[in-house]
Amino acid sequence: MASSTTTRRTVISTGGAALLLGASGLTIPARAQSLAATPTMRGGANNYRPGAPIVKRIGKGGFWTTGTVRRAGDGAPLEGRRIQVWAHTIEGHERDQRSHGATLTDKNGVFRIEMPQIVPAFGQPHGHLAYDADYNDGGFETVFLRPLMASASDTGLQVEFVLRPI
Amino acid sequence: MAVRNALILIVLGLAFAVPLIAAGQSPLLQWREPIYIIAGFSGIVGLAFLLVQSVLIADAMPGIPARRIHVWTGAGLVCAVVVHVAGLWITSPPDVVDVLLFRAPAPFSVWGAVAMWAVFVAAFLAAARKRIDLRIWRLGHSMAVTVVVTSTVVHAWLVQGTMEVFTKGALCIMVLGASAWALRKRRAWRMLR
Repeated sequence: MASSTTTRRTVISTGGAALLLGASGLTIPARAQSLAATPTMRGGANNYRPGAPIVKRIGKGGFWTTGTVRRAGDGAPLEGRRIQVWAHTIEGHERDQRSHGATLTDKNGVFRIEMPQIVPAFGQPHGHLAYDADYNDGGFETVFLRPLMASASDTGLQVEFVLRPI
Repeated sequence: MAVRNALILIVLGLAFAVPLIAAGQSPLLQWREPIYIIAGFSGIVGLAFLLVQSVLIADAMPGIPARRIHVWTGAGLVCAVVVHVAGLWITSPPDVVDVLLFRAPAPFSVWGAVAMWAVFVAAFLAAARKRIDLRIWRLGHSMAVTVVVTSTVVHAWLVQGTMEVFTKGALCIMVLGASAWALRKRRAWRMLR
């Protein structure tokens, strides 16, 4: 019975801790509004070719680049966003036109584009993705990403975009 | 002495040939244009040159004009670095610009850029050695070379490229060992007294 009794010590320590936490501003409100925008990555825009066409797949395919596009703040999925993808693959260098393509997100903000297998180039297996405001109907800031593959033998790459409204 | 020199020559020959042959089997080569392949292999040659430089300057091979050869292989090393960087530049200009401006995303690229500049400093000091203070020449060259060796090995080890991992590791260890040995033998820090 004694164990469930609230002592003066617990009142003071709990109250003190609550005061301290509140005053320090360390509390994080449980709101979706806190979703931060994805920053452009270093080297993300390298070998970018603006306005790559929307394609069913790039080259012969075999590798899937997938992901979601959401709005910063509330995290709402964004439909019809144009995502451009390019990489060094078994079919071409990053700079080659045939290594570039684009796709649109569906109503759930999901995009999926098939492309040739990405192979390590410039020391790392990596892809490039862009959301370029100039090639969409605007409303969001341009973002360039350069995600790394966990392993060169991976046959897919999952990428999350969180766009900041302009 | 002739036997010892012959053995060292064989080891050096293998240190060049085995990693190059192993890299020649890399599946990555089939998806690379010739200039990119040349750039990568030039990097391997440069790494192997570091081993030769150390062996020569440690007086490991008596009876040969080691100092004179060291100068020529040093020039070869500079050429290898230039071909490496120029070839990569032609392959993907923005990536190399990022490396040279120290803003590239890949961690190994910083080590590569540092190694390149240190090679140029070491070579510049060598070219100017008769016109500069002996202490600056000897201490400067040794310090630059220390930077070259460590940063080149870190750079090479972190790169996921055409080099086969065991031959890369073995060559890196040989380069580190031979350089430490050569530096200890030349004892440039005597100049500090």
